[in-house]
Formats: sequence, C-alpha cells, structure tokens
Amino acid sequence: MRGRFMRVRFDQSRLRPSRFLQGQFLQGLVSRHPVGAAGLALGLALGAAPAGAAEVNLYTTREPGLIRPLLDAFTARTGTTVNTVFVEKGLAERVAAEGARANADVLMTVDIGNLIDIVDRGLAQPVQSPTLEAAVPAALRDADGRWFALSTRARVAYADAKDLADLKALTYEDLADPKWKGKLCLRSGQHPYNTALIAHHLVKHGAEKTEAWLRGVKANLAKKPAGGDRDVARDILAESCELGLGNSYYVGLMRSGRGGPEQQKWGEAIRVVLPTFAGGGTHVNVSGAAVAKNAPNRADAVKLLEYLVSDEAQGLYAKTDYEYPVKAGAPIDPLLTALGPLTIDAVPVAEIARNRKAASLLVDKVGFDQ
Amino acid sequence: MAGSRPAPIPAPVRETGPPAPKPEMTAPAAQGARRPADLSARPRFAPWSVPWSVHLPVPWALAALALCGLILSPLVSLTLEAVQGSGELWPHLLAYVLPQAVAQTAGLLLGVGLVVTVIGTGTAWLVAAYEFPGRRLLEIGLLLPLAVPTYIVAYAYLDLLHPLGPVQGGLRDLLGLTSPRDLRLPELRSLPGCILLLGFVLYPYVYLPTRALFLMQTGNLLEAARTLGRGPAGVFARVALPLARPAIALGASLALMEALNDIGAAEFLGVRTLTVQVYATWVNRQDLAGAAQIALVMLVVVIGLVAAERWARRGRGFSGSAQRPRTLARQPLTGARALAALGLGLAPVALGFLIPAAYLAHAAAGRLSRAGLPERLPGEILSTVLYAGSATLIAGAIGFLVAASPRLLSRRLGPGLIRVASLGYALPGTILAIGLLGPLALADSAFASASTAMFGAAPALIGLGTGGALVIAYLVRFLAVAIGTCEAGLARLPASLPDAARMLGRGPLATLARVQLPLTWPALMSGALLVFVDCVKELPATLLLRPLNVETLATHLYGEAARGTYEDGTVAALLIVLVGLIPVAVLLRLGSRAGRA
Repeated sequence: MRGRFMRVRFDQSRLRPSRFLQGQFLQGLVSRHPVGAAGLALGLALGAAPAGAAEVNLYTTREPGLIRPLLDAFTARTGTTVNTVFVEKGLAERVAAEGARANADVLMTVDIGNLIDIVDRGLAQPVQSPTLEAAVPAALRDADGRWFALSTRARVAYADAKDLADLKALTYEDLADPKWKGKLCLRSGQHPYNTALIAHHLVKHGAEKTEAWLRGVKANLAKKPAGGDRDVARDILAESCELGLGNSYYVGLMRSGRGGPEQQKWGEAIRVVLPTFAGGGTHVNVSGAAVAKNAPNRADAVKLLEYLVSDEAQGLYAKTDYEYPVKAGAPIDPLLTALGPLTIDAVPVAEIARNRKAASLLVDKVGFDQ
Repeated sequence: MAGSRPAPIPAPVRETGPPAPKPEMTAPAAQGARRPADLSARPRFAPWSVPWSVHLPVPWALAALALCGLILSPLVSLTLEAVQGSGELWPHLLAYVLPQAVAQTAGLLLGVGLVVTVIGTGTAWLVAAYEFPGRRLLEIGLLLPLAVPTYIVAYAYLDLLHPLGPVQGGLRDLLGLTSPRDLRLPELRSLPGCILLLGFVLYPYVYLPTRALFLMQTGNLLEAARTLGRGPAGVFARVALPLARPAIALGASLALMEALNDIGAAEFLGVRTLTVQVYATWVNRQDLAGAAQIALVMLVVVIGLVAAERWARRGRGFSGSAQRPRTLARQPLTGARALAALGLGLAPVALGFLIPAAYLAHAAAGRLSRAGLPERLPGEILSTVLYAGSATLIAGAIGFLVAASPRLLSRRLGPGLIRVASLGYALPGTILAIGLLGPLALADSAFASASTAMFGAAPALIGLGTGGALVIAYLVRFLAVAIGTCEAGLARLPASLPDAARMLGRGPLATLARVQLPLTWPALMSGALLVFVDCVKELPATLLLRPLNVETLATHLYGEAARGTYEDGTVAALLIVLVGLIPVAVLLRLGSRAGRA
C-alpha cells in the first residue's frame, strides 16, 4: 500500500521542489497535530506581560520617545518603572474594551479633544492633588481633576524669511485675506491641530463667519492641504508658498538640528510669528493626561502626574520637546523665547474641544481638503 | 469533485491480492501480503474520520465553525456598533464627503488595477517565455517591491521628488535654473501620483502567482498554439493569458484590496479615499458608528465585486492534466531585443524597489554614521519576527486546510468556508482591530469568570493587550492571502491524483498530507511568504493591539515619523525591507529549484 503510494509521489517529485521543507517533520506536525502546532506558535507569541514591583502603565497617543527622558528621570527618582504603549488612534476604544481589569494607569494625549473624549467616555477618574492644582492653571485642568494639561503648544505662523512685510499684527482672521491668494500652505483641515484652531474660531465668531473665513483660507491655498507642519517650512524654502501654520515646538525641533541638517535648513528659511485672534490671544493646544478609571496602580499614577508638573519635568518639557510649560515660572527654551511673548487666548481649551466635531464637519462642508 | 462520491473502495484490488511486485517497489512490496488487514483499519492519520460518504466529520465541522466565529466576530461587533448609530451624519456625508471619496476610490482602484495587471502579467510572461541575459536575476528582482511597505515608498518618493530633492535639483542644475519657482514638475500628492506609486509597489501580487502559473502550465498547450502558427503575441493573448486568469484575478484582487485599505500612502499623498474617510469619520467627526457603517457598506461592495469576478469565470476548468507537465521552452532573445527585454523588466524593479531602497539606505547610512544603531532595534526585530512568524505558521496551516475544505469537508460547504474565512482581508486594518476589541474583551471576561468560579481569582487579561491579540488580528486579516494562494494551487491540481490516492485506500486526510500538500507546496510557501511580509508591514492593527513596551519595526518607524525624526526611522524602514527580503529569498530558492528540476 505504502509502496504504491510512494510511487505516485515519486512520479510527481518534479513538482515539489524542496524535499527538506516538505519533509516528514512538518507534514506530520501539521497534519497530525494542527491544533498543537498552532498552540505552540501562539504560546510563543504570548507573554510580554509586564511584571515587577512598582510600576505604572502609560497609554499614550504621544510618541513615547518624546517623553522618554522625563519618564527615565521619574524612574531614577522613584524607582517606579513606566511601561508604555503608543496607541495613536483608538486609545479610548482600547481602554474601554479592557474594562474593569484594564492595565492602563495613566492616559496621555497630545490634543485636548482626545483628552476630553477620554473623560466624556467615563474612562478617567477624579484626582485631588494640591501639587497638581497648584502647578496647573485652572483653565488648563478639569475642575474635578479628571484631566490635567502638562504642556502647551501654540499654533504659530511660518512665513518666508526673505519676505520682510510687517507681520507683527498678523491675526488668524487675516489668513482669509485675498492678499495671500496662492501663497498659503497648510496641512489637512481634518488634522486635530487644525480642527482645534477652527473650533476656536467657531467659539469666537460663530458658524456663519467661520464658514466664510474657512472658504477664504481655502481660496488662498497654494496647493492641496497635505503633509505635516514641517512640510510648510520646507515648501516655503522651496518657494511653493509664503505663509502657513505650524505648531511652535516644530520650530525648536527643526532649528535645533534635532531632526537632522535638512530640517535645520527648513527651520532657518522661515520667520515665525505668533498670530492672535483679533482682539484676543494666540491659539494653544495642550498635551495632557488623566488617571484611568480602573488604574491598578493609582497611587503611582498620581505620583507620575505630580512629577510631570514639577519644576524639573516642566523644564525638561521645554528642553527636550520645545513645548511651553504649564507651570508659571518654569523655564522656557531660548528657541521658544526668541519667538516673542506668548499671550494665550482667553477661551478655555475645554470649550474649544466641545466644538471640535462642528469644526470637522465645516471642513467637509467647504471642501477644504479637496 | 470526489467529496460527495460514495466511498471508492477498490474491491477488485483487494480480492485479487497484491499485484506483482514492480522493480522499484522492492521494500514496500514485502508488506503487500498484509494489505487486507491494513485496509480494514482506519487510516492512520485520521482516526476520527467517518466513512467518506458522510460529510463533515464532527471535529472538523466544529473547527470550521470556530474559525468562522473568529473571522466573523469583528464583523459582528462592527455591525452591532453600526446599528446603534443614529445615522444623523449620513446627510452630511452624502452631501460633502462620500461623492468625492467614492470618485477618488474608484479612480484609484481602476488605475491601480490596470497598472498592476499590465506590469504583473507582462513581466511574468517576459521571464517565463523568453531567455535573455539577466533573466534569472530579473526573476528575483521583480519580487523585491513586495518587501517595501507602501507608506515607506511614498515617504521616499515625496522626499526624492520634492522641489528641494535631488531629482528636481538635478534638473534645475541641468537646465541652468536657480529658483525652484522656474521649474514645476507635476505634484506627486495627487491621484495619478498615488496610482503610479501603488501600482509599482503592488504589481508583485500579480507577478508572483501569474509567473508560478506560467511555469506550471503545461508547455504542451502553448507549444500546440505555436505549431498551429501563432506568434509569441498570439500564444500569450490566446492561450497563456486565458489560462492564467485565475492567478491574475487573485493577484489583482489582493493588490486592489491592499490599495483600497491603504491608509499610510493615501494619507501621505493627500488622496481622500473611502478608507481615509472611514478613519476621519471615526476620529474627527467622532462617529464610530458612522465609520462602521461606511466600512460595512464598502465590505459589501468588495464582496460583490469578488463574487462577480468568480461568476464571470464560472464553470471553466483551469486544472492541468495528471501528465508530467512540460514547462515551456523559453524563446531565446539576442542583441537589441534582449536588451529591450531586460530594460522592460528592470523598470518596475527600479521604480518599485531600487530607487526607494537606495534612498533609504543612503538616509540610514547618514543616521548610522551620526548616531549609531538605535539600541532598541534587536528587541524590535525579535518581536516583529515572533508575531509575524507565529501568525504566518498558523495562517499557513489553517489556510491550506480551508482551501482544501471543499474536498476535505464538504463540496457544498467548503467554498462557503473559504469565502467567510477570507473576509478579514477586505477590511481596513484599524477597523478590523477596533472590531476585534469587543470579542477579545468578551473572551477575556468569559475566561475571567470561569477562572473565578474555578480558582476564586481572576487572572490578568489574556486576550487584550497581549501578543495573542496581535497574532489573532494578523490571522483574521491575512488568512485570505494564504487561502487564496493554496486554493489557486489546489485548483491547478488534476482531480485524478487525489482520486487515485483515495481509490488506493487512503483517507481524506492522508491524501491531503501525502498528495495535495506536497504537490501544492510551492503555492503554500508563496502564500506563507505573502502573509509574513504583510504581517511585518502591518501597522494600524499592530499600533492598536500590541502589548505594553512592545515595539515592532513598523511601530518604531511610525513613532519616528510621528515625531518627525524621519531619518532615525530610516534604519527601521530599511530593516523592514530586509526582513521582507528573507522570505523573498526563500521563495526564490524554491522557485529556482522548480525551474531547474
């Protein structure tokens, strides 16, 4: 029986090129123990579960490399390990699914909308901490202690350094002025940094005026919105446009040479202006954090937050990430002070976050990204 | 097929006793005398199997059901999410979002479909039918773009073609221009740019199965066409192309699904496809239900298109005969024609691989000389290979069994199982991962309550936030790739071979292991290769589901891109490309042996 069978196989041997790979072992394993083979592989794949003594699990929409120096300093001070996972989209969904036995202790985001989302979905818990309350201004934290801003960044204008027109009094409203026709570069209107700005405009001026403003800005664009904030600087160097918007910390990242020599050239090709709303201040967004509702290491989570608003950590925020600290009196990086004094607009960030969805729908309506 | 035939017990053979020993059967022939006893026993490989005429042995039926449950679970949870939505966003979406998104998506798919089919089929025929200097190298080279994720290629070309980049800079120098204003090339951030870019990266999905099919095709048919007076073009158009249609259809549908579900390159290039809008609806318009609704409508359309293609080639047989196939004798080319052939074949390799890879290598070298190797890299490589490898092993095994299920289980239900098990590929990665969150959480809480009831304590999460979740996500998403290639391989197999094995008394499983598995091994390997590379490149589901402190090469690269330190990311990008090359090399070893044999 077997012999006859072997003969059939032998006749067809040209068609199975690797005797080794299709040898008895693998065949036998897979055909005799398919479940076992799968289980073996799965078993190998499991088990990167964190273990150890004092630790905090940090879920973040912010790339952990950016805050690694801060986390390392925290570990050096307290001996508490910080485990991180960078979940850019769906952080709230994942934490919600993990439910009561979730691993998450601290939830960190880089956009106020995402932060408020977490609170609105009931994924955060109130924290009463005199340290946090003293360090973070009231407008930059939740009254019940369910979220705290840790750093701020301004939405600033990048202008062509060769163009010497006076831009000191530039307002966000000016961006719709036809004098910029064909000279403006922006990233997608649907990006959280832009929707937050548009939401801010909504709070200031209402839906009708914001729509008209957005159509005016759209009409001024030199090219379809795409890329990131740094591409604005790069396109200005390439003479594709003369004016655009970007976050303040990118200026530091580019000019310091941290992003490589290429980016340094982009950073030096631009002049940075802090625009304001007419009769108001500059639009800022925040990076912030909340303690997860089911945090298994709540005490250490609070300690981490308290550390992040300490003088040392706030200084590190400025030094490593070129962000504005939230704590009054904390040092600001010279690359940022060179941009001029920052006057934050009076509209609270939480109010901006509530208008984010309306802003996003408005971006659709005027076909901003088309 | 044999699935529903009565048990083919070869009674005459049993009654007439062993046949006269043939010279090459010396050792096994000695066992011939014991054959009646052997036959009365159940086949060794399948102690649980019931007689052939009864379909669906219970363990297999249960396993098939469990698999369907796993694959369908994210869809069920997405559907639950979708029906909970109020639908209040739809007037807005229909007015301002979907018309443009549908137009862009249709344009993208038509364009990419055309490009990958032309390049994939053309190059496959070139290396299968002609002999010219450099052909063997080209055979390898044409697979290389598989190793590069679309988002990396997009990033590389954006840099290369930027007004400040080397291409436009060089052109300006050549033309004596000083300002980037004086020379404006067409913007890469456009639909045509995206079509070309995706086309040149995704064509190997067509090239790989089509070339395999051309190689396995019986040369007889092609030679018959030649003897009957058809020129090379005629043979290609009238014989080879129609015979290769299942492979082309499979490859093109894989490439199109990659293009449809692509988020990185499309977003990079400013093309607002439906998939991009699904994300925007979820994240910006804050309507997960609406996003799930769009995603499910897209899924229905995709299923419809795939079904239409299958229907269009219904009732045609594509399998070869049981005769030893003679591969096509290649037509030698010389002189200018050989050069032209080489040039034609090299162009897609250069555009889809050599140029972006050289750019990455250059950027990575710059980074390495400045800052050295990123210290977390070894761990990232390990986790990448571990998760992708585990998923590949499981997907390969399950994919083969599912592809064989029409014979193995039931002729009626097998094809249905294949369709269901392939569904995950039609969903964008993040949407699938979001859909998996619910089922994984459910499994976790079920396990916790069982454990609490039995031991009085609930353990940590075993699904969510572990590597298991990642492997399951890869499996659900890429099983279709393994099934598709195995199915194509099995379809080519003449039914007479397994029939003969069955007739000779082997059980269905033994037949599968001893006849179909060895004969479709190249197809299975190429399927596994595609799954592995897909897993290594996969980003959105990996980002959402991976455990704490675990980074893969893809998430490392994404992290670097997120903070704008692209150059640091190029080392990881280059490594993704290198990891992608390993299975390409394995496959080629297999392929070249097949060519030599």
